[in-house]
Amino acid sequence: MKKNLVLLLISLLFIMLNAFGQDRAAEPMLPDSNAITSETVYLGNILILSDIPNDGGGGIEIDWELNDSLNNYYITIVRREGRTKKIVASDLLASSKQVRDVNSDEDMSNVKDGTEYFYTAILSKYAVSQQILDYLVCDSIDLNTRTIADGYQVYLISDESGPVKAKASWFNPERLTVFVSAIIISFIFLLYLQFARNGKKLYIRKINGLDAVEEAVGRSTEMGKPIMYILGIGYVTDIPTIAGLTILGRVAKKVAEYKTKILVPSYDPVVMTTAQEVVKEAFTEAGRPDIYNKNDIMYITQDQFGYAAGVDGMMIREKPGAVFLQGLFFAESLILAETGHSIGAIQIAGTTETAQLPFFVAACDYTLIGEEMMAASVYLQKDPLMLGSIAAEDIMKVIIIIIIIIGFILGILGIGLHIEFFNKIFNLLIEIL
Amino acid sequence: MLKGKNIPLAITFIVGIIMIVSFFIPHRPFGDIEQISLRWYSIIAGFTMVLGVDSLLGLHFRKIKRKEENWIHSIFLIAGFVMVFIAGVWGTIQYGSAFDERSFFTYIYNYFIVPLQATMFSLLAFFVASASYRAFRARNRDAALLLITAVIVMLGRVPIGEVISPYLPKFTDWIMEVPQMAAKRGIGLGIALGSLGVAIRIILGIERSYLS
Repeated sequence: MKKNLVLLLISLLFIMLNAFGQDRAAEPMLPDSNAITSETVYLGNILILSDIPNDGGGGIEIDWELNDSLNNYYITIVRREGRTKKIVASDLLASSKQVRDVNSDEDMSNVKDGTEYFYTAILSKYAVSQQILDYLVCDSIDLNTRTIADGYQVYLISDESGPVKAKASWFNPERLTVFVSAIIISFIFLLYLQFARNGKKLYIRKINGLDAVEEAVGRSTEMGKPIMYILGIGYVTDIPTIAGLTILGRVAKKVAEYKTKILVPSYDPVVMTTAQEVVKEAFTEAGRPDIYNKNDIMYITQDQFGYAAGVDGMMIREKPGAVFLQGLFFAESLILAETGHSIGAIQIAGTTETAQLPFFVAACDYTLIGEEMMAASVYLQKDPLMLGSIAAEDIMKVIIIIIIIIGFILGILGIGLHIEFFNKIFNLLIEIL
Repeated sequence: MLKGKNIPLAITFIVGIIMIVSFFIPHRPFGDIEQISLRWYSIIAGFTMVLGVDSLLGLHFRKIKRKEENWIHSIFLIAGFVMVFIAGVWGTIQYGSAFDERSFFTYIYNYFIVPLQATMFSLLAFFVASASYRAFRARNRDAALLLITAVIVMLGRVPIGEVISPYLPKFTDWIMEVPQMAAKRGIGLGIALGSLGVAIRIILGIERSYLS
């Protein structure tokens, strides 16, 4: 205990020294007020206005064409509706070439569909002061001049562009491909669900990682050690986290049957609350609600590396016999998996993040690769209806693979059909539908 | 009749269908549904943060009370929590926002949290080395193939690779763009279909394990 205390005090001292050794951020320097530019460049009509296509309305896209020499200038966009003016954008670099006048959480643009709007651009070498911004939106100010100046800099004003009107679309044609694909996929899914209802026998291949769940839980129980279930740093809105929670339900049921302990350190409070409910339900289903402990599913932090440090520390202290890493993982994946390996735990990982899969393959005993994780809940439950959905996924995969092979052969033969050929087939399919 | 688990299942089905429709129809009111739902989620998440804090502090207070092993760590955690909380409140009172550059809260973030995050992240280099050592041991044909490919890619990505052979970087690029990309896209395809499967199972009420 004394050794730990000394180590902690030294660490704290080190952090304090590091912290107070730094200077506070220096105040930004104001540009020299004598460096007033005297350009008399005629900007002309530089703004190209258009309704944002395929949106829900209330949005105007503003593009501008400027000489590259003006790329480092700041651009301010003023919108006029009748006599009312509004600053749409300020302190924006001219090189950005585009801005959208839309509602955002920070600023409600309140562009109304069907109303005529006019836009003017103001260019300046330095960021525009609030005083000038207030001046620009003043009702009595006519912006049909080429330049204005304050005691600080010169502002170049473009011709007013417009009118432009915003309108809402009833269908987004850019998503037509997705729409048609969704209909085909849903049809295949429903067809296979019907097959499953009719009692057709459906096959699911062996997944070693999931077969090892029982072994992992059993081994931990024999060793008298807890099981650790890590859901990663995803939120409950992420599909991998949802898949991780469904697997947690199955694992927790096994844990309850073996009367052992499960630890679920969480990154997000919503995920923690959901995990508590999932584990509680699993323990109840297994007939052991008495051994459920809410405090074993705890919140750590919403900081990525803070979470990794917290979970690593818990692993070192509790030394779980089995570690499940099922969910959404990023840079912390290997930090967690290697710590789990160092304590000799049997590790079963699964994620949809392809960049993290090699780390899990290297450090864990079993890895559920992408779709295996999605199928895990079905595999562990083996419900015929759920098996039907997996069979439908496989049929979709076969169809996609056939299309890829056809495209591949056509590409090699150089018939010149390539993507255009598929576009024609797709358009034909849409016409038929 | 709607009873028991049927009510959440019905809600899931209706909300799922509305969300799908809103993906294709941008016109109001459909187009705004996703944003509105996210806002609702943020509000709910804000309340659950209280549960998170309760869980965290409750756990550590219990450890101190029972004088469990390493209970001294819990004192540091609670002290840190209280200090940052006060700094956040004080920053808001003093500057209007805890995230103001002049606030002590931002100072704590920049000079405590960021270096600690960097420390954890830098551990990754050592973990990569130890994991690579185990993964690249040529125990069988597959592992040997992995080792050879990894050596080629590593050499092809550093200047010495070009010195050894001008073909090495090109071969590395080919490995990354053709076989590696093919495998990655294959996995991606499976994930996309798998995600779709999970979504359809949940919307249709076939997958119910998320319900308590």
